Amino acid sequence: MSSIKDFASHFFVTGDPLIYGSDVAIVLVSLAIIFVLTYFKKWGWLWREWLTTVDHKKIAIMYLIASLLMLLRGGIDAILMRIQLAFPNMHFLQSEHYNEIFTTHGTIMILFMAMPFMFALYNAVVPLQIGARDVAFPYLNAVSFWLFFFGALLLNISFVIGGSPNAGWTAYPPLSGLEFNPGPGENFYLLALSISGIGSLATGINFLVTILKMRAPGMKLMDMPLFTWSVLASCVIIIFAFPPLTVALALLLIDRLLGAHFFTMAAGGNPMMYINLFWIWGHPEVYIVLLPAFGVYSEVVSTFSKKKIFGYKSMVASMMIISVVSYFTWLHHFFTMGAGADVNTFFAIATMLIGIPTGVKIFNWIFTMFRGRIRLTQAMLWTIAFIPCFAIGGATGVMLAIAPADYQYHNSYFLIGHFHQALIGGVVFGYLAGLYYWWPKMFGFKLDERLGVWAFWFWQIGFYVCFMPQYALGFMGMTRRIYTYPDGLGWGSLNLVSTVGAFLMGVGFIIQVWQILYSIKYGERDVTGDPWDGRTLEWSIPSPAPLYNFAVIPHVKGMDAWWMMKQEMKEKPAQIKPIHMPKNSGIPFIMSVFFFIAGFGLTFHWFWMGGFGLLGVAVCMFIRSFDYDTDYYITVDEIKRAEAS
Amino acid sequence: MKRLQHVATLSVIAVMTALFISGCGPEYMVLHPAGPVARTEFDLIVLSTILVAIVIIPVMAILAYIVYRYRDVPGNKAPYMPEWADSKVLEVIWWRIPIVIIVLLAVPTAKTTFALTKPPVQDVKPVTIQVTSLNWKWLFTYPDQKVATVNYVEIPAGVPVQFVLTSDSPMNSFWVPQLGGQEYTMPGMAMRLWLQADKPGEYFGSGASFTGEGFAHMRFKVVAKPQSEFNAWVEQAKQTSPALTKDGYEKLKQPNVLNNTLTYSSYPQGLFEEIVDKNGGIYMNHDFMGNKQKDQSGNMNHDMQNHQMLESMSH
Ligand code: HEM
Ligand SMILES: [Cu+2]
Ligand SMILES: [Cu+2]
Repeated sequence: MSSIKDFASHFFVTGDPLIYGSDVAIVLVSLAIIFVLTYFKKWGWLWREWLTTVDHKKIAIMYLIASLLMLLRGGIDAILMRIQLAFPNMHFLQSEHYNEIFTTHGTIMILFMAMPFMFALYNAVVPLQIGARDVAFPYLNAVSFWLFFFGALLLNISFVIGGSPNAGWTAYPPLSGLEFNPGPGENFYLLALSISGIGSLATGINFLVTILKMRAPGMKLMDMPLFTWSVLASCVIIIFAFPPLTVALALLLIDRLLGAHFFTMAAGGNPMMYINLFWIWGHPEVYIVLLPAFGVYSEVVSTFSKKKIFGYKSMVASMMIISVVSYFTWLHHFFTMGAGADVNTFFAIATMLIGIPTGVKIFNWIFTMFRGRIRLTQAMLWTIAFIPCFAIGGATGVMLAIAPADYQYHNSYFLIGHFHQALIGGVVFGYLAGLYYWWPKMFGFKLDERLGVWAFWFWQIGFYVCFMPQYALGFMGMTRRIYTYPDGLGWGSLNLVSTVGAFLMGVGFIIQVWQILYSIKYGERDVTGDPWDGRTLEWSIPSPAPLYNFAVIPHVKGMDAWWMMKQEMKEKPAQIKPIHMPKNSGIPFIMSVFFFIAGFGLTFHWFWMGGFGLLGVAVCMFIRSFDYDTDYYITVDEIKRAEAS
Repeated sequence: MKRLQHVATLSVIAVMTALFISGCGPEYMVLHPAGPVARTEFDLIVLSTILVAIVIIPVMAILAYIVYRYRDVPGNKAPYMPEWADSKVLEVIWWRIPIVIIVLLAVPTAKTTFALTKPPVQDVKPVTIQVTSLNWKWLFTYPDQKVATVNYVEIPAGVPVQFVLTSDSPMNSFWVPQLGGQEYTMPGMAMRLWLQADKPGEYFGSGASFTGEGFAHMRFKVVAKPQSEFNAWVEQAKQTSPALTKDGYEKLKQPNVLNNTLTYSSYPQGLFEEIVDKNGGIYMNHDFMGNKQKDQSGNMNHDMQNHQMLESMSH
């Protein structure tokens, strides 16, 4: 009995009222979900329509829901940290708790908020923009989603079971190694990232092939919408960047689980290997998430200026240059780790070079608006707000690239200010712009304008109030990842200001949640399929798009295909033919559950459970390999009925 | 809505001005350099701020103007050219602007990067101080003076100080903002950082790279004194302080936070070198060392950690 008790007190995280509160909340919410599904007899519906779907549009919606939930979780983490830092010598969070929170905040925001939000946009938009009926590998797409989902779940349960990782989102050894970190927390981190990483890599391959192979007839590469181009560039980076991450995580995992010494100096290993591998992924990762945001801005700015995008070729070239150069900058994350002056100079200049194509893009967006007609819709507001915000973030980035100056910025709040400005001002603003822009296409109604504008201003003001003071704090010598600071250094007042800003952004987010709920009920329905007077193919079909996207695959004659069709009057619809579609499958879901089981077992060194999970994965793959009944046809009658409705 | 926009703009301006004005206070350590290294870095910070401001301020002004001028309201007479989408001239201009800025920044960056690997002044004989980051405190050993301190370090003012850095705990980073930028302390390695204080004074220092539970409390003082007072302090430390023994070091190493400072009259000979070796320093050298001598320039390279330097220092 006492051994069970002992086990439980290690297995479940105990001793903190915040955690107990979350325990209760998790149990209650789970019960409520189970109750609702059972009461309304929705289990079958959930399974048939969602858990087994291979439709890119539904996968997009699932990614979106998951990423918004993760934004909420990461945001609550952020607020908790900001409360703790609001005053000197606060006693709101203990050190260990703060350390877990900044680690999960960073990890979740980048890997389980930004990445899935980006994949939501990939899925919602790319096949429609290129006139395709689905992605190249729909089944693999479902596998990717569920791997992400269960990876995220694995990380998220760590704060009630076993304990969260606490070595920062970068998890540098030796701090993340067994010697200094014996608990299961880092295992959660490593396994969660590995599992979801497989999914991300698969998505990269999937969309690269989709874009290269599945474009509507007539659409040349240089006719592609810029969002599609940005996804292409981002996928190229994913394919080259994720393998080093996988290796880094796997080696650290082997160190931790099997007692190897890849990263223990004292046994002849070297943690610098981890740090290099991590950032060889880590820096390009920033561009993985940023480029699609650039794509969104390009679409939005062109649509709402009623004008062709300015300098299309430059836009494409700059993205491709960024995707290559972003591989030669990783060392700027550790200029101060003693590389030679020659090495530091090389990476400093390579980093600054990225500023060139980025600067060009900014000029091109601005000149797309020049001599246009600018409609300040929500998507456009976020896009316009992005420009100054990202210009400042980019400028501080160039400042950080100056290696000797970085000796003073590194690990300080100046850095925190900078990367939040790039990640929020660049990435989050872009995804939100994309969300408002494509929401009608995804769901068939618009999001309420008035509420949206309120949310927008709360976010904007909150952002500057929160992060501008952090640059100043960096100059005051405040280092990152400290859970408390003493009186008398003069850090108090600016930290308080910063915390106020975080709350303002929090209010903005709450208004957005309310905006979504409100618009589900009262939002303006989109009956035309083209609510913004769009230019690209996704606006040529009804909202939301039918299962098969295009009843007849369009023929493309140039850039802004739908705009051209609108100018030339629509051609007579060609003859409808039966459409070949992939069948739903439960295997991606089940296989990912097995991955989860394996990950959970390995986290606690329960190798029997890890083995069982991996066996399940293998069986799933085996079964799928011999499944030949994977597709079907939609008949002409069905299509006609759907088109008429 | 107009009203709201006004309030927004005003509050942003207010915050910015507040920051700007307060930027003059002495608590902005990085902006108040007290030594040649920090000053060089400060100059680069100023230069780069000006150069980037030259680009982004006009960009913001143009943006504001264009958004206002071409907004879609009835009766807007501004020209509308929906097909106008490229201009060689314009594009050439803005491919060039960032290139020029980057060149202007790259040159001093490269120069300074190399310069900072050397002592800031050449005509004064430098002092070497070894730094070991522990969980969660700072140990300083003085190979020439043979004394040791914890959580504070005394240096002679006006003399270049070569800090040799290692860690007997997860890697940390040694940062004294007013004297210059930081450098990591890493187990099994000995890294080098030149700093110098112009004048006597007390300077704030802290660990900058996260090392777990007690990390936030890893602060130390740098006390700069005229050379004579520094010598007197060493003498006094030798006379009045206890010795740091092997056992004492093991105790010091235990993971806990120490809220005060300690002074030792002596420490076990070769302690620092032993710490480096035992944490993997032994693996870092021999086969890598032979062919590379560029270390003389003060360059630190990972695969050729400075065993040589260590040996030359063990007098
Ligand atoms: C929405 C408002 C946000 C606020 C108020 C906020 C606040 C914070 C705070 C207080 C820290 C910890 C600083 C420290 O102690 O070192 C932090 C770290 C971090 N944040 Fe955020 N954050 C926000 C959004 C985001 C977003 C959107 C992302 C990424 C897409 C992000 C990525 C990170 C990362 C990577 C870290 C570093 C974690 C680490 O040190 O391991 N944050 N943030
Ligand atoms: Cu980077
Ligand atoms: Cu190193």
